[in-house]
Amino acid sequence: MDLWFSEFHAPDVKHSIRVNRHLYSQRSAYQQIDVFDTPEFGRVLTLDGSVLLTERDEFIYDEMITHVPLSVHPDIRDVLVIGAGDGGVVRELTRYKSVEKIDLIEMDPQVVEVCRMYLPENASKLDDPRVHIFFDNALRILRRCHANYDLIIVDSIDPFGPSEGYFTREFYGICYNALREDGIMVNQQGSPFYKHDAEAMRRSHQRIVNTFPISRVYQAHIPTYAAGYWLFGFASKKYHPINDFHAEKWEALQLKTDYYTTRLHVGSFYLPAFLERMLQEVE
Amino acid sequence: MEIKRKLDQNRAPIYEALQMFRKMRVVPFDVPGHKRGRGNPELTEFLGEQCVGIDVNSMKPLDNLCHPVSVIREAEELAADAFGASHAFLMVGGTTSAVQSMVLSVCKRGDKIILPRNVHRSVINALVLCGAVPVYVNPEVDVKLGISLGMKREQVKKAICEHPDAVAVLVNNPTYYGICSDIKEIVAMAHKAGMYCLADEAHGTHFYFGEGLPVSAMAAGADMASVSMHKSGGSLTQSSLLLTGPNINAGYVRQIINLTQTTSGSYLLLSSLDISRRNLALKGKRVFGKVIEMADYAREEINAIGGYYAFGRELINGDSVFDFDSTKLSVHTRDIGLAGIEVYDLLRDEYDIQIEFGDIGNILAYLSIGDRMQELERLVSALAEIRRRYQKDSRGLLSQEYLAPEVVLSPQEAFYAGKKSVPLSESVGHVCSEFIMCYPPGIPIIAPGERVTDEIIRYIEYAKAKGCSMTGPEDPEINHINILTQEGR
Repeated sequence: MDLWFSEFHAPDVKHSIRVNRHLYSQRSAYQQIDVFDTPEFGRVLTLDGSVLLTERDEFIYDEMITHVPLSVHPDIRDVLVIGAGDGGVVRELTRYKSVEKIDLIEMDPQVVEVCRMYLPENASKLDDPRVHIFFDNALRILRRCHANYDLIIVDSIDPFGPSEGYFTREFYGICYNALREDGIMVNQQGSPFYKHDAEAMRRSHQRIVNTFPISRVYQAHIPTYAAGYWLFGFASKKYHPINDFHAEKWEALQLKTDYYTTRLHVGSFYLPAFLERMLQEVE
Repeated sequence: MEIKRKLDQNRAPIYEALQMFRKMRVVPFDVPGHKRGRGNPELTEFLGEQCVGIDVNSMKPLDNLCHPVSVIREAEELAADAFGASHAFLMVGGTTSAVQSMVLSVCKRGDKIILPRNVHRSVINALVLCGAVPVYVNPEVDVKLGISLGMKREQVKKAICEHPDAVAVLVNNPTYYGICSDIKEIVAMAHKAGMYCLADEAHGTHFYFGEGLPVSAMAAGADMASVSMHKSGGSLTQSSLLLTGPNINAGYVRQIINLTQTTSGSYLLLSSLDISRRNLALKGKRVFGKVIEMADYAREEINAIGGYYAFGRELINGDSVFDFDSTKLSVHTRDIGLAGIEVYDLLRDEYDIQIEFGDIGNILAYLSIGDRMQELERLVSALAEIRRRYQKDSRGLLSQEYLAPEVVLSPQEAFYAGKKSVPLSESVGHVCSEFIMCYPPGIPIIAPGERVTDEIIRYIEYAKAKGCSMTGPEDPEINHINILTQEGR
């Protein structure tokens, strides 16, 4: 049998993964959720036909969106994670003893349920006593918050589906307002390579630039995302991602990672020329 | 009030006829010249083959809007059944054409018509066309919100007594802000005095289908109603319905409509009316229940932000606010120090959110069958952000007031009289020969035949300065205004 999962990364580009078994397929109140078992990437979770994560490469994403801000801000205690119902980001966060509270807002309870069942390694820390899960629209909860968090991690999928609201000016504004005066917001910023994605990336970068005094973009290589090339946004009220970076302090924690290193931390903020230009145009 | 429907509302005769027509693959040697889109590939690419393929001319299997005998007639019968009317006319010139046909059907030159001054421009335009004379009932004003309310029963009664020769009373059901007069009682008073009662229901389509909403004009016994299907009903822009009750001669109304309506009615618009009517009749109750729930939720959330006042059914006072349409999400913004129009502009320019309108003191977000919670969360959050980032001292902001007009001449006489253009400031005391309004909402600040006053000029200057989009006069910059060269009094 020749069974493949395919996803359009651009109208004329298709990325396919061979499938052993289709483990789960259901429509939740918000989206179509599927889990595949694949020979190369292990279990693959897709939402509305787009890969959210695979067992094989999720570590890149989860490490880069977590360790970068935590090695910059010296005292992160209260963290808010938006989206990320799979639990990968929460798992990385729970490795820091200094983190006292992790609030997780996920729109779709069914995503969490499915991950607990099919991706137990990712979801393993969702029951940590520091973790509080809220099933709700993040805009609704956050607009009532003021200076409650040191770090907000926006781990929402793409800007064209149910999380469109998490790429908007009003969303970044209420995140700003919910952060303490030295707070940091990190978000997944999409891919700069294909035209459609690049346009959305530029727009959200522009909105962040207009909202936060410090706003930098960093990159990582993630094989199952569009073009295998992914960006994150680092937006901050006070700390600069490189000037205020505490490499030794982070090294002293002795956390074992598979992608993130303190050298890569600095390197990931050095961007290719075309991307620098693209970002400068909206800055 | 539930409408008892006798016909099978699952039918959609125009839609079905177009489906059939598509299958027949008829060769077109008639208009339109794009021939199912082949002659205009860019347009076809843009709108889609499905769409241009049914942009066809009247023909036997598809009936004719000017004189419906088959599928359009059936669609009209189904619409009448769905809305509890004696007859329904499918309209393709917007609700403007429905309102004008409604007024022209009952008024002739010199006839008086009783109406609130906060009518849409289309009503006064109809008076320019037919030469009828308006008798204005000054609507009550909510001073805090700065909005015009409905007509009080006592005021309507007084107008009827003072003008027993008037031929009709026109009622907004509801106003743009969702405010309803006691239309049932007004119908009774009008009928007792031998007058017709007409309703502008441009903002009230859903009254015919939802629960817990104000009474619809047909249910209240009104003689005619103009219903904007394309607003809350979900059909395409420019499509509308004109409804008539048992006292109206439908054949005559058809003649009136044909005076001004196109002879090439668009099948895109007609089929959208047909499909929307079916959808509303079958699912309207559930759908509008959800819309009310969403609007109530949004009101609660917006009021929790502080500074804003999203008003609702608490305005009901049994008379000038006899009822309130809960689907309307209007928000008073003056207390955060911003004019409604400023919030309206910020929402669009900074947050990519387009709302229906903003005026001096309020904004209105239009909620209907296509809305979802996630977008509503964006709207509420953006309002919270606007308050955080732009809040100002509200002193010095003009409150919107109702400017009671002094009618010197009928709109028609003034419109066609000798006139000259003068700078705004020099027009005070003269009689105006044109309209000036903010659009939307399209309610004239001054209409042809009314005297220009200091307050009116001040209001126009203020609205211009705040960025309201002003329309009406010949001078697009609205620095000059046309006044009558000789006063008719």
